[in-house]
Amino acid sequence: MQTIDGVFRDVLDNGDIRLDEGTTAAEVAEWDSLTHIQLVVAVERTFGIRFASKEIRSWANVGEMVDAVAAKLSGR
Amino acid sequence: MDAFDRLRKNLKKDFSGRFPVRLFLLGDTATQWLAQALRGTGYEHGLDLQVREAGFNQIGQQVFDTGSELYASEPQVILIYHSTQKLLETYNRLDAASRADLAADRIGFVGRLLDALRRRSTAPVIYFNYPESDDGVFGSFSNKVGSSFLYQLRKLNVDLMQFAAAREGFYIGDLAAVQLRVGRPAFYRPSVYVNTEMEIDLAALPAVAAATVAQVGALFGRIRKCLILDLDNTLWGGVIGDDGLGQIQIGTPGIGKAFTEFQHWIRKLRQRGIVLAVCSKNSEATARQPFEEHPDMVLRLADIAVFIANWENKVDNIREIRSILRIGYDSMVLLDDNPFEREMVRAALPDILVPELPGDPADFLEYLAPLHLFETASLTSADADRTAQYRTEQERNEERLAYTDEASYLEGLGMRSEVEPFSRHNAPRVAQLAQRSNQFNLRTVRYTEAELLQLAGTEGVLTFSFTLTDRFGDNGLIAAVVLKPAAAGELFIDNWLMSCRVLRRGMEHFVLNTIATRARERGFRTLRGEYVATAKNELVRDHYRSLGFGEQAGHWVLDLEGFRPSPTPVRGNDN
Repeated sequence: MQTIDGVFRDVLDNGDIRLDEGTTAAEVAEWDSLTHIQLVVAVERTFGIRFASKEIRSWANVGEMVDAVAAKLSGR
Repeated sequence: MDAFDRLRKNLKKDFSGRFPVRLFLLGDTATQWLAQALRGTGYEHGLDLQVREAGFNQIGQQVFDTGSELYASEPQVILIYHSTQKLLETYNRLDAASRADLAADRIGFVGRLLDALRRRSTAPVIYFNYPESDDGVFGSFSNKVGSSFLYQLRKLNVDLMQFAAAREGFYIGDLAAVQLRVGRPAFYRPSVYVNTEMEIDLAALPAVAAATVAQVGALFGRIRKCLILDLDNTLWGGVIGDDGLGQIQIGTPGIGKAFTEFQHWIRKLRQRGIVLAVCSKNSEATARQPFEEHPDMVLRLADIAVFIANWENKVDNIREIRSILRIGYDSMVLLDDNPFEREMVRAALPDILVPELPGDPADFLEYLAPLHLFETASLTSADADRTAQYRTEQERNEERLAYTDEASYLEGLGMRSEVEPFSRHNAPRVAQLAQRSNQFNLRTVRYTEAELLQLAGTEGVLTFSFTLTDRFGDNGLIAAVVLKPAAAGELFIDNWLMSCRVLRRGMEHFVLNTIATRARERGFRTLRGEYVATAKNELVRDHYRSLGFGEQAGHWVLDLEGFRPSPTPVRGNDN
């Protein structure tokens, strides 16, 4: 979670971001459909993983993204 | 932070002072990231690229509708991006009989787009070519099947080059070259495309933007004209002063081969009009030796416009080169294998472009070729002669020393100028002068060829191009003036351009004599000029004053009735 939080702060250029499990895109300034892909790409690169196309838009909140990352890391 | 993030963060910075350019981007895929990358890259190159995007997949709608946002925004550059992905989608839906026409149909459409654009805008058009994508349906046999996608895509790219070569104001944005360099997986990621409709992945966008910004810059005169070369371990392996002629590595098998090919590359640059200068820490005789005596040297002294070899500081030598060539530091590129020297020059002369060089000379070309160091928007017959012109200039300077006064020297040159209105024949050279001139440029109006021909055909507008030859050689086309009717009886000098190489030889008065006489013959009573200050044209701040114009509300006015032509050593067509 903390790593992802750092990625969000870096990509969205906003040091005030504090994410928790329930945070959704609507609650974070500048997290829109466009920056969403940038965030995903940055998360992929940070953890050395790759998401499938259908996974990329499937998360309802940050918690689900964290779970997906964890699953990828343990699944490999 | 990766490159795209850095570019996106530039968007929030202060763009004031940067050169504004209105760019309109049309694509058949989503273009938001590309727009961000372009503007962010422009920031790093002194451009305030104001990018407006059409709505998604609106290329035809925007171009064929005369009331569209495209035309309303009065763009200075139009960028059109037809994606390979959409081309493939189109191909897939064609019936088998039509597949072999894919390239021809697309070229036909591009032709119709350009025709429609030209009816409403004189802005240059950059059209992206198609990065290769192979559907693999025929394997390598695709190359023998005219109707295969690969065959049609490659044909389309070649057809685009032929199309572009035949049309002025139409340029190819080489997306295919970027994909070649970054690799297909970095360029196109299916998961990104499927989710965003963006063909170009984030990893490749900085390279795409860099190439495009270099092209846009070139369209607006931001070009580099001069390559300054170090010698030891840059043009040959080893140190000539220590190793001697027989031991330096050039032409020999192994690393000598790398230097040979590097010199071929530099010679090709010279042949296309880049001026070469040598700046080396060596005694002059030692430095000249390989050029004069080594059989495997590709570059010879005749290729070098300015040759400086001494033990002085490199920065001082570059200042000397600048004053000899009379071009700005921002027109120069320096190649030097020594990182210490590179950093020293960068720190002292920040406008010079000093690329890094890889440690291994074998890597020089692969590293330098994609850097767009000498991007250009034009090439004319004048370019091939540029080095010869600088060398001729040095002969004139030596001649000058034989005279005791300037006036006799100038008379002795036997200068003649031919004056012609703008025409198809001279428009490319006038456009190039308009793109390249920064110092002797009264209003910095960058005319394109299309605009020049339009002016030539406009009722009431007077256009003048001037060449200059003397007994040493031909300077080519070196000045241009556009006069537009303003208030009753008055002609406004829309722009007055001149090459810095012919300053203070009498051309200033020759030009004024010509335009004033012509204006008076047409019944005009006054000429009005304006000086629009830029960072680079301080030179001409008092130009009109020195020619006898009077200041009037920020402009400069010359009464034609009282005008008498000034004596000048330059002779025209008719005297």
